[in-house]
Amino acid sequence: MEAVNLLSSNRYTEKQIGYLFISVLVNSNSELIRLINNAIKNDLASRNPTFMGLALHCIASVGSREMAEAFAGEIPKVLVAGDTMDSVKQSAALCLLRLYRTSSDLVPMGDWTSRVVHLLNDQHLGVVTAATSLITTLAQKNPEEFKTSVSLAVSRLSRIVTSASTDLQDYTYYFVPAPWLSVKLLRLLQCYPPPEDPAVRGRLTECLETILNKAQEPPKSKKVQHSNAKNAVLFEAISLIIHHDSEPNLLVRACNQLGQFLQHRETNLRYLALESMCTLASSEFSHEAVKTHIETVINALKTERDVSVRQRAVDLLYAMCDRSNAPQIVAEMLSYLETADYSIREEIVLKVAILAEKYAVDYTWYVDTILNLIRIAGDYVSEEVWYRVIQIVINRDDVQGYAAKTVFEALQAPACHENLVKVGGYILGEFGNLIAGDPRSSPLIQFNLLHSKFHLCSVPTRALLLSTYIKFVNLFPEVKPTIQDVLRSDSQLRNADVELQQRAVEYLRLSTVASTDILATVLEEMPPFPERESSILAKLKKKKGPSTVTDLEDTKRERSVDVNGGPEPAPASTSAMSTPSPSADLLGLGAAPPAPAGPPPSSGSGGLLVDVFSDSASAVAPLAPGSEDNFARFVCKNNGVLFENQLLQIGLKSEFRQNLGRMFIFYGNKTSTQFLNFTPTLICSDDLQPHLNLQTKPVDPTVEGGAQVQQVVNIECVSDFTEAPVLSIQFRYGGTFQNVSVQLPITLNKFFQPTEMASQDFFQRWKQLSNPQQEVQNIFKAKHPMDTEVTKAKIIGFGSALLEEVDPNPANFVGAGIIHTKTTQIGCLLRLEPNLQAQMYRLTLRTSKEAVSQRLCELLSAQF
Amino acid sequence: MIQAILVFNNHGKPRLVRFYQRFPEEIQQQIVRETFHLVLKRDDNICNFLEGGSLIGGSDYKLIYRHYATLYFVFCVDSSESELGILDLIQVFVETLDKCFENVCELDLIFHMDKCNCWVIDEASRRKKREAQRHQQVHYILQEVVMGGMVLETNMNEIVAQIEAQNRLEKSEGGLSAAPARAVSAVKNINLPEIPRNINIGDLNIKVPNLSQFV
Repeated sequence: MEAVNLLSSNRYTEKQIGYLFISVLVNSNSELIRLINNAIKNDLASRNPTFMGLALHCIASVGSREMAEAFAGEIPKVLVAGDTMDSVKQSAALCLLRLYRTSSDLVPMGDWTSRVVHLLNDQHLGVVTAATSLITTLAQKNPEEFKTSVSLAVSRLSRIVTSASTDLQDYTYYFVPAPWLSVKLLRLLQCYPPPEDPAVRGRLTECLETILNKAQEPPKSKKVQHSNAKNAVLFEAISLIIHHDSEPNLLVRACNQLGQFLQHRETNLRYLALESMCTLASSEFSHEAVKTHIETVINALKTERDVSVRQRAVDLLYAMCDRSNAPQIVAEMLSYLETADYSIREEIVLKVAILAEKYAVDYTWYVDTILNLIRIAGDYVSEEVWYRVIQIVINRDDVQGYAAKTVFEALQAPACHENLVKVGGYILGEFGNLIAGDPRSSPLIQFNLLHSKFHLCSVPTRALLLSTYIKFVNLFPEVKPTIQDVLRSDSQLRNADVELQQRAVEYLRLSTVASTDILATVLEEMPPFPERESSILAKLKKKKGPSTVTDLEDTKRERSVDVNGGPEPAPASTSAMSTPSPSADLLGLGAAPPAPAGPPPSSGSGGLLVDVFSDSASAVAPLAPGSEDNFARFVCKNNGVLFENQLLQIGLKSEFRQNLGRMFIFYGNKTSTQFLNFTPTLICSDDLQPHLNLQTKPVDPTVEGGAQVQQVVNIECVSDFTEAPVLSIQFRYGGTFQNVSVQLPITLNKFFQPTEMASQDFFQRWKQLSNPQQEVQNIFKAKHPMDTEVTKAKIIGFGSALLEEVDPNPANFVGAGIIHTKTTQIGCLLRLEPNLQAQMYRLTLRTSKEAVSQRLCELLSAQF
Repeated sequence: MIQAILVFNNHGKPRLVRFYQRFPEEIQQQIVRETFHLVLKRDDNICNFLEGGSLIGGSDYKLIYRHYATLYFVFCVDSSESELGILDLIQVFVETLDKCFENVCELDLIFHMDKCNCWVIDEASRRKKREAQRHQQVHYILQEVVMGGMVLETNMNEIVAQIEAQNRLEKSEGGLSAAPARAVSAVKNINLPEIPRNINIGDLNIKVPNLSQFV
C-alpha cells in the first residue's frame, strides 16, 4: 500500500522507489494491481515526460499480460499524440513492442498504425529507431497494414546513407552515420519483397550499392568500432540483397564482398561472412559465385582456431555442395572429422552421410564413404546412417558385389567398430555369395571372419550376426555343419539373453528340419525395402534441417528423441522371417512385408526431396523415395500399403472390371495430432489426361490423430496409356507444411481380362501377331530367385490368364488376355522363358498395338 | 530482442545481471554460471559470437560478448538483432559508463557491490555508500540504453543528458529521507503470503542501494 502511495507521489525520487517496488512485487498481488495500474495510468496522463518515462519503463520491464490488458489501449495514443516528447515517444514505441511480443492479441490495431508508420519521418533519429523496431515486428504479423512503411523506410535509408558523416551529429558513431537505425531499416525491408514501384526500387538498389561501395573505401578511422559499425550495416544490406534474391548483379557483389571477409583478420567478420554465405549459397544467382570460395572455406575448416567459426565453415560447405564438388567436399569433411571437435562430430557425420547419398553418381563411392565414416567416427554414426547404407545396397544391385567385397576387406582390420560389424554382417549375409567365388573370401573364411568379431559385440549385433549365419546356411550349404555347431553350442543355445537364445534355437531348428527349398524361400534375399527406406530418409531430413537454417539445437533434440523411439532395427525383419510359414512367403515374395508387419514409420520422405529440390519451387513434391518400388509391387496386386512415413500411411484397395475401376485410398494419421488442411490431389499429366478419367470427391480437410479417412477414386480407362497418375498430398502437421507425392498404381494391365485358350489357338493367334511392331521382347537378369510358383502367381496377378500345357517347353510360361479400354479392346499374348543357368528371363509380348506391347513388357519385366 | 545482459568479472562473480525474460531465480544463477563457463574458455582473439547455452534456449540465441580487462559484458540476443550492432551497443554502454564515472578502470569497482549487503545502509561506511550509489547509476544508465529487452537509445550524448537530468531532479528533491524509511516500512508491513520467497535478502540487495543516496 505504501508503495502505491509512493507511486502516486509527485516527487521524482519517491515515484522512482515506488516503481522499483512494483517491479519486484507486481505479479504477486492482484488486489493491489488495480491501484498500481491506476497510478501508472495517472503518470501516463501526466504530461510530465519524466513520470511518463518511468511509467513506460515499468510497463515494459514487467511486460506481463495484465500490463498488456491494462495499457495496450493507452500506449498507442501516447505514441502518436502530437505533443508527446521525443524521449517519451521512444519509450512508448518500445513499450508497445514489448506488450505486442508478450500478448499480441491485446494490442489493438487501428488508425494509429498509419500514424506510427509516419514516425519513420520523424526529426528525431532516436524516435525513428524505436519506431522502426516496432514496425518491423508489427509488419511481420500484419504485412498489409504496414506496407506503406517500405517506401518511407527506403527514403529514410537513402537519406542516411548519402549523408555526410557529420550531418547526423550525435547519431554518427565513429564516422558511420546512424548505424543502428540503418540496420533496423534494412531489417524492416526484409519483411517485404522487393518494392514494386520502380522509383522506390531504384532508390533502394542505389542505397545498397552505396553501402557496398563504402565497404571498399579506406576506413575513416582505425578504430575497430568504426569498421564494426560499418560492417554491421553492410551485413544487414547483404542479408536484404539475399532476401530479395532478385538482383544478380548485387548478389554477386555481395558474394565477392563476403569472399573478402572470409580472409579478413577479424574473426568476427569471418564468422559472419561464413554465416551469410550459407544463405547466399541457396540463391540460384550466386550459387556459382559462392562455389569459387570453396578453397578458402576448406582452409577455414582446417586452420580456424575458433570452433564456432569452424562450425559455420562446415555449414557453408554443406550448403554449397552440389554434384560437381561433392567428392571434394565429402573428402574434406571426412578428413576434418578425424580431428573435429567432439561437440560437432555427430552433425558432421550426418552431413557427410546425406551429401554422399544425395550426390552419389557412383554408388561404390557412396559405400566407400560411409564405410570410411564408420571407421573414422564409428561412435557418432547413428543407426539411421548404417540402416541407410544397407538399404541402398539392397536396392541397387549394381553395387552389391562391390559392397560385399569392401566390407569383407574392412572387416579384416584387427579392430573395427561395431557399426562396421553390423553393416558387414548384414551385407555378407545377403550378398556374401557374390564374392564367395574368390578363394580368399570363401564362405568359410567369411564366416570365420564374422565369428571372430562375434564375442566382442553387444547383444543386438550378435542377434544380427546370428541372422547372418542362418542366411549363410542357405547361401553356402558347405558351411552348414560349422554354423550348426556354433548355434548348438551352449553359449548360444543357453544364452542368458532371450533374444539370442530364441534366435539360436529357431535358426538351428530351421536349418535341420527345413528342406533346401523351404530354406531358400525363407532365407531369400531381402526384397528391396521401400517403407524402411523412407524412414531413414526422414531421420536424415530432420538432421538435415539445421544446415539450411541455423537452428541446430532443435533438431538435435528431435533427433535424440527419435533415436530412442526409433524403428525396429532392420535385423528384426530377418527374425520375423525366421518363423517358417511358407504360405506367407508366397504372398510376401514379391513384396516387402505389408504394413502390419511393422515397417518402421518414416516421415516426410517426400519432404526431404522437397528440401533438396526446393529451388525448383514446384508445388507438387517430387515422388517419395521408394515409391517406385512400391509402385512396382502394385502392378501385380491391388491391395496393400502404398506409402508410409512417420506421419502418414496410405493404403490402397482397388478393383477393376473391364475398362472401369474403383480405388479406395485410405489415409491414416499415425500421429496423435491433427492434420490440418489435408488435401490430396490427383494429378494426371497432359499426356495421360486424354487416356484416363479419374473422379473423386475431396476429403475432410482435418484428419484427427490416429484416425483414418477414405477417398474413393472412380477410374475409367479411355484408351491405352503409359504414365501413371500422381497422388499429391499436402497438409499441415504441427505448424509445418508437409508435402507427399506418390505414383498411384493405376497401370494398363489393371484392365486386363484373362482369356483361356488351347495350345492350338494360342499359337495361331501368336502367328497372326507376327508383325515386327507388334512384338516387344526383353531379355533381362532375374532380380529375384527364379521360383516357378511365384512366377505363376505374378503372371496371374498381372491380369492375364496363365495357360498351362501350351508351350512345348514346360518351363516356359505363357499367358493371354484382353486389355479393355473405352475405345478398343486389345488382345495380348505373352511368353516368359526362364533360363535357370544364366539366371535370365526372356519376355515376349505380342499385342495388336505397339505401345501396349511396349508398356506391358516394361511393367512385367520389372516383376521378376 | 535482448534476453539478458550479464556482466561478470574474470572470476565469474556477477556484477550486473539483468534478465528481460522471466526465469526463476535459481535458473538465472545457473545461466550466469553456464554463460561464464562458455565465455571463459574462449581465447581473446577469437570471435565474439557464440551460440547460447542450453539453459537460455540453445542456438536460437546468440551470446555476444566483449571482454574488457577484468570484466565480461555478455548480451544474450535472439536472431532479430544484428550481431555487430549489439557488439557496438556494448561499446556504447561501456563508453557511457566511462563518461558518467570519469574513470573506467574502476569498472570492476563500480559493480563491486557484494560487500554492501545490508538493508539499512551503514552510516559509517561512506565508501560502500558511494559504491552502492554508483551501482544504482549503472542500472539507470542501462535503463536508458535498453528498455525491456529492446534497444532504446544508442546516442551517447542523449543517454548522458537523460542521466544528468535525473540527477538534477534528484538533487532538487534532496533532503528527502522519508522515502526510504517509508519504503522499508512498506515492505515490512506487507504480509502477503507469496511474497517472502521473492523478497529474501539476496533479492533485495540488488535494489537496496537505491536508497543509499537519500540517507
